This record gives sequence, C-alpha cells and structure tokens, in this order.
Amino acid sequence: MAEPLPDKKSALISQPSLLFESSSAGRSAVVWPAEELGAEDAIPSALLRRDTVGFPELGELEVVRHFTRLSQQNFAIESQFYPLGSCTMKYNPKINEAVARFPGFAQLHPLAPAGMHQGALALLHDLERMLAEISGMDCVSLQPSAGAQGELTGLMAIRACLSERGNPRKKIIVPDTAHGTNPASSTLCGYDVIQISSNDRGVIDVSAVAKVMDEDVAAIMITNPNTLGLFETNIEAIAALVHGRGGLVYLDGANLNALMGIAKPGHMGVDVLHMNLHKTFSTPHGGGGPGAGPVAVMEPLRDYLPVPRIVKNGERFELLEDSAKSVGRVRSYFGNFGVLVRAYTYILSLGGDGLENASRMALLNANYIRKKLAKSYQIAYDEPCMHECIFTDRIQHKSGVSTLDIAKRLLDYGYHPPTIYFPLVVSGALMIEPTETETPETLDGFIAAMLAIAEEARAEPELVKQAPYSTPVRRLDEARAARKPVLRWQPDLPSDDS
Amino acid sequence: MRYTPHTSADQKLMLDALGLASVDELFSHVPASLRERARIALPDGLTELAVRRRLEYLAAQNISAVDWSFFLGGGIYHHFIPSAVDATISRSEFSTSYTPYQPEVSQGTLQALFEYQTLICQLTGMEVANAAVYDGASAAAEAVLMARRIQPANKRRVLVSRALHPQYRAVIATYLKNLTDVELEEIPFDGSGGTDVDALGQRLDDKSMCVVVGYPNFFGVIEDLAPIKSACARVGAQLISVTTEPLSFGLLKPPGEFGVDIAVGEGQSLGVPMSLGGPAFGFFACQKKFVRNIPGRLVGATVDSEGRRGFVLTLATREQHIRREKATSNICTSQTLCVLAATVYLSLVGKSGLRRIAEINAARARVAKAQLVGGAGLRAEFSGPFFNEFVLSGENLTERFARCAEAKIVPGVRLEQWYPELKNSFLICVTEMNEREEIARLGRTLAR
Repeated sequence: MAEPLPDKKSALISQPSLLFESSSAGRSAVVWPAEELGAEDAIPSALLRRDTVGFPELGELEVVRHFTRLSQQNFAIESQFYPLGSCTMKYNPKINEAVARFPGFAQLHPLAPAGMHQGALALLHDLERMLAEISGMDCVSLQPSAGAQGELTGLMAIRACLSERGNPRKKIIVPDTAHGTNPASSTLCGYDVIQISSNDRGVIDVSAVAKVMDEDVAAIMITNPNTLGLFETNIEAIAALVHGRGGLVYLDGANLNALMGIAKPGHMGVDVLHMNLHKTFSTPHGGGGPGAGPVAVMEPLRDYLPVPRIVKNGERFELLEDSAKSVGRVRSYFGNFGVLVRAYTYILSLGGDGLENASRMALLNANYIRKKLAKSYQIAYDEPCMHECIFTDRIQHKSGVSTLDIAKRLLDYGYHPPTIYFPLVVSGALMIEPTETETPETLDGFIAAMLAIAEEARAEPELVKQAPYSTPVRRLDEARAARKPVLRWQPDLPSDDS
Repeated sequence: MRYTPHTSADQKLMLDALGLASVDELFSHVPASLRERARIALPDGLTELAVRRRLEYLAAQNISAVDWSFFLGGGIYHHFIPSAVDATISRSEFSTSYTPYQPEVSQGTLQALFEYQTLICQLTGMEVANAAVYDGASAAAEAVLMARRIQPANKRRVLVSRALHPQYRAVIATYLKNLTDVELEEIPFDGSGGTDVDALGQRLDDKSMCVVVGYPNFFGVIEDLAPIKSACARVGAQLISVTTEPLSFGLLKPPGEFGVDIAVGEGQSLGVPMSLGGPAFGFFACQKKFVRNIPGRLVGATVDSEGRRGFVLTLATREQHIRREKATSNICTSQTLCVLAATVYLSLVGKSGLRRIAEINAARARVAKAQLVGGAGLRAEFSGPFFNEFVLSGENLTERFARCAEAKIVPGVRLEQWYPELKNSFLICVTEMNEREEIARLGRTLAR
C-alpha cells in the first residue's frame, strides 16, 4: 500500500470537547441585574421546572473559543473553493451582511402596525417586482422559507386553481433527474407522482411526456437547466402539450443562476416557479439555511398566492391578510425577511447588466472545467452544459476507485468536493458547479487536483481509497451512526479522549 | 463587473481553450425565441456606497425597537443578545458553508448541531430533537403531519386549541388542506385563557389523532398540560405542545415531564434578532420511539476509521433526497445559522443565566400587570398563570394606542383581527429589555 500523506493535523484543527464536557458548576458568561423577583410565587409549583441536568455552565472566553475552534473544522466558501453542484456556492458579499444588521431592519417586530415598517414593505414590494422582471413571471410572493416550501406553495396554488376549474386532478409528472424535494412536495400536496425518464441526451422528450399526460395530470415539474446541467430544449413544446390537456407547468428554479439574461422561465410556458435566493442571489447558506424560496406565478394564478400579500395603496404599503382564493398562510409573519434584505442588496449591487454577466461567467467557468477534465473523467452526457457539468467515475472504476473516493481525496487537496451520486440517473455522478465568482486561476488549481487524483487512481488506487488523510477526522462510520443512533449528549457518552 | 473576477484577457484565454469566439456561443442551443427576449430591464449595478445609502434610507423609514419602546410579543420577542452571538455566527466558516454532506470537513457545523439537539432535549425534557425546521408555525404543522404518520388510519381528527397562535393555526390548516383524510377542529378557551379542558374532553374520542396546545399559549397563559395529557391518553390521541417563547423554559416545567409526545416551537427568543419575524427557526423534539418518523435533519455521533469521535447527518433514509415521494417531509435547506446562534446564546447564558433571565421576564411582567390593571382603567382578561405576556381589556383602545404612539410606545398587539370576541383586548409582553421606568411610563400614558 502506498504511503499516506504526512499527518497534517495540528493544534489548529484539533476537535474541542462538547460544551457539556467542559462545564463547571456556577459559571455563566452573562451578568444580569439584581432586582426583586418573586415571580415564582405567581406560578403554581406544579408548573415549575426543577433542575436542568447537564445544561452548560461556561464563561464567555470558553464559549467563544469553543465555537471558534469548531469553525476551524469547517470548509467554507471563504476558505475553500466549493464547487458543489446544484447548490450555487457563490461569494456572499459583505455589504449584504452589514445591511441586514441595520437596526432599522433587524430590530423590527412583525406585529407592530404596518405604518411602522413602510421602508421594509417598500423593499419587499420592490424585490417582488425585480424577481418578476428577472424571471419573466407576472407576480411574486416572498413568503416561502426555502426552495422546498416554495415548491409546496406553488403546487398548492396549482391545486387551488385546478380545483376552481372543476377538478384538482391526481398526479404530478416528475422527471428522474429531479431534486428529491419535487416528489416529496407533490406527496405533501396530496398528489401521486409519475416519474418519467430523460432521453439518452439527458433531456426530456415531448413523447415521454405525451405518453403519461392525461386528464388526471395536474402538472409537470421541470428543472431548467436540469440537474445534469443541460438546458431542456423541448420545454416550450412540453408546456404546450401539458397546457393542451388542461395541466400546468411548474419550474424548479434551483438553477436560475444559469438563466439570467439568457432565457426567462416566464417565456417558456411556465405557470409557476420558485427561486432559491440562497443560490442565485448570493445569500449565505449558513451550513444549511436560512434560505428563502419565493414563488412566482403567471397572472391567472395570482389570486392563489399565499397571504399576507403586500399591496400599494397610493404611497402607502399595506398587508392583505385575507384573500378568498389564496392557498392561505405557509409560515409565520413575512417570510425570511433578513434573507430577503440580503438578496435585494445583491440585486441592487449587480443591476440588470451585472446579473446577466453573472450567468454568462457561470457558464464560462463550468464549460472550462468540463473541457479541461474531459480527457481524464468520463463526461455523463456529451452535450453543451450550462452552469454545471457532470462526470462519472467510469474510468477510475477500472482500478476500483469510486466517486466517493475521488471526493474524499479532493479534501486532502484543499477543495470541497462536487455534489456526488446525484442526479440518481448517472451512476457515480460528480456534479461540478464552479459559479461565476471564481477566477480562472482557482479553476486551474482545482483542475490540477482533479487530474492528479485521476493519475493517483490509476497508479496508486489504495492511496485514493483511504483518503482523506489531512482532515480533522477521517472517514466516519455512517452505518454505525444509523444503526445505533446517538442523537444527543448524555453523561455516559464516550468522550474523545477515550 | 461586481463579484465576477474575469478580465477580458481571462475570458479570451478561456474561450480559446474551449475553441469558441464568444460567450454567446455557450448557449446558442437555447432556443432563439427565448434568448431574444431575455434582457433584464433593471437599472445597472450600483456602487457599494450607493447601495448602502439606498438601504440606509429604507431602514430609516422603519420604526424599530431601538427607536421606540416595544411591549410586543405574540411569537416574536425583543430580548438581549450578547455580542458573542453575532460575532460567532458571522464567522464565514459557519456562514458560508453548505449543509454538512461531507462530514470530514464539516465537523464544526455537525458538532454544533449535535450540541443544539442536546440543548433542546434538556430544555423540553424530550428524548430526541432534530436540527430544526423553518419556524414555529411550520414546526407545528410538521408535528401534526408526524402524528398522522404514527397514528392508525382511523384516527384522523386534529384538535387545535383556539388559544394557539392564530398564524400557527392558519399554517396547520394550509398544510392539511390537501390531505383529505384529516379533519381539523378548534377547541375553545375558557375564562382562564387556557384551553377549555371540559370541551376538549367532550370532543376527544377514538377518532382523535392529536391535540395541539400552546405552552405558554398565544395569550401568554401557562396551560396545565397534566389534565390535557390525561384526556389524550384515555383515547390514544397524541399531545403536541407548541412554545413560541422558549425563554419560559428557564422557569417552566418541561413538556416532556407532562408526557407530551411532540414538543415544538419557535426559537427566535434564543439569540436571534426579531428581523420582522424571520429568519429564526422552529425547534422540534419528540419521544425516542418516534425518531424514524421525525422530519428534517438529524445529527448523530459516530467514530472515524481511527476510532476518533465524530458527527454525521444520520437516519437520512427518512429524507427527501433518498426517499423522494415517501419522505417524512419535503424539507431540505433549513435554518442552520439561526440554530447556531441559539446554541451560542444558550451556552453563554448557561444554566443559572437562563433561569435568572426567565425570572426577570416573569417579575417585570408582574410589575406591569400590577401597575396597569385598575389604575389605568384596564382589566386582566384572563385568570390563568402567565410568563411574560398577558391580555388586558378596556375601553377606548384606539385612543389609548394613539396616545402611546405620540409617546413612542407600542403597548401591545390588538387581538380583534384574530379574535372578534376580544375586540377590546390587547396582548402585552414585558421582557428584560423593558426597564421598570419604561413600564411606569407605559402605565401613565395608557391611563391618561
């Protein structure tokens, strides 16, 4: 077996104990005023808490150091190139963060009278208009908290619209390349899912839709560009077919970063669209949220959008809480306002020309990587790609090296791996989305690492199969985690020093 | 161009490598009918200074808790947030990472989420907690959907307390609307402001799937969950508690000690700014036997190939990216950075600090109630015990509120829009941010 890399683990990345393992009775980082209390007397003792066993007791420095050290165990956009396909890990501008923290935004209470947040409502109203312009749709609601909730909201609007036309119908058509949220949202909206296959060029044929399209189908959910990074060139014909049989067209806008200034969903025959502001519009992913998933519709579906709606009455903005046809409320208050402020700031910074340029450079970066890796990795579909490119592990598999091994080895080279094993239709998929904010030099560095790994896979497969070597922990036993779930600390949880 | 580093020389070099003459050729396969109309008619990009000024102008059109004195609660609360919270979540290693799919380079986020899950279990007295959902309202809806997965098909009636946050009731209704097997029914409240336990007892039968109550509820009343749990247990209905003010857990008996099946709520109070109601997060905890039915992400402990402790996303076979249409929920991106804020906040205040701050909230709310009831011509609407919110009723509320506005005070939330029967009532919230002198000023202004 080949010699592993020298162990690069250092004090910098050693793993801290759990909060609960470093507590000392009586410590607290926050001082509260001394004052007359006596609140306990007013609450019946049967409703009062006794001890909170195991709750942390730490000073401020201990807490700050704990989380600082934890942070050093993460890869992130600001420290590593992060070409995670379908996630659009672009730079998250600092001005967005500064603005969202203005007290005039961060310190607003949602149940104060609407007259007290006219600036916020003006911002939201303007953002709705901007997103409508970018997407070519007629009308936008900013309510949904993330893409999946946007999908559910959009499907509910479709269901409400079709119900009013006489029949909500029973089924949703979902291609095999779709994100898992599409079928999951369909079920939650009371629909059955019919899966259709993409063709040998990675896109949906009109005939595949025609075969399953009938009067029971409420809608088709299409992602465009799809998760193979390919533009669905038949989308207009598919939309016409679905409309012809009384169905509606839902577009998953997760990949909108490929389309700005290139094609508008509103022109493709799309009736409903959601957008992921944490992808295309640069709001930080935060390790898994918060995001925002606005839903956009064409005019005939306007009345079904969720409440509250923001309406402009003369110079005043008001909130419409009740609307007879609306699908109702999908979350509390006004959506993830702080995320919406960041996206608005980003759109103002780039402007129409900057957004168009962003998509163009995203395409250029993806095609550049695709070209440079094409000799060493098997391209999944030999078609022009949009903002991301998909490879497989077919070549490396001959020496027993899998996509997972390649991904883990990339960590040793200091790069976050691409999305792996998705979409499911590609065996051993490696889905690379560089985004527009990376320089060609960064791409060249990543390409060099990928080529070096391809060579390692050929010459020293064991080296790749044992990777990573330089991360705070090595490959983790996921099967054990699922077999005997340990989902919280308990005093008897084995500590790291054991 | 902003945030795209490509010089024209870069572009030329890259296009040469691709054997192309222009960037346009990259998307020449997109139908021309679409390309021709794709221009984005928005103004050109602004400088950072111009953007900042525009946003400063918009922010200045708002009245925030920094400008005026707020006695506003109703699910979002004005609490003190130590500086270390924002400093921590601003670290880009946390804020600019993705969902931790590659655990070897995501131990920071994963360990913090594992710690969060533990903290939520400790606060709620439940056995397991997930890594959160969008907000308290969607947490309540997800809890009802989880009960639907657990309960047999002949138990499909959901009983929701009318004293539950009205927006949460609305969201539950939205999520259930298209699931035709489920019926939704409202249980009235009584003179205590708590759920009418007798009415609940009459409505519960062997068709009942679950009961949803606030703890404390929308009126700030601390419901006694013991008789509600007994009533549920008699017919095999699940009990779901919903907490919009989790700081109350510093004082209150945890839902788990009442035998609650699923305990959910809004986490904003725990170190997340109000931000017009979002983003914050919904916490979600349950008994261990239901863990395979839980929605959303779960982090579990395991070991690496050298035996070191480490953390991973686990039980993913419940989730949409694996199970697709059979998943427990459609949730993917959640609210992780806000969850991190709560983890830091709870670590800073710690065991004694959490109790102390809960006591201060409860004590000041009592000071306010004593000053306002009677003296200001206002009466307490309900008799039940409360934490930091309570309902007051009286005549001429519109005039009184207008007077308060002149004095830059928002005295509370009018209840009429959700409860026509409480036309002359408002919900007032007092936290550690409301100094005693401010409370006295509120009393004087409301009474005048």
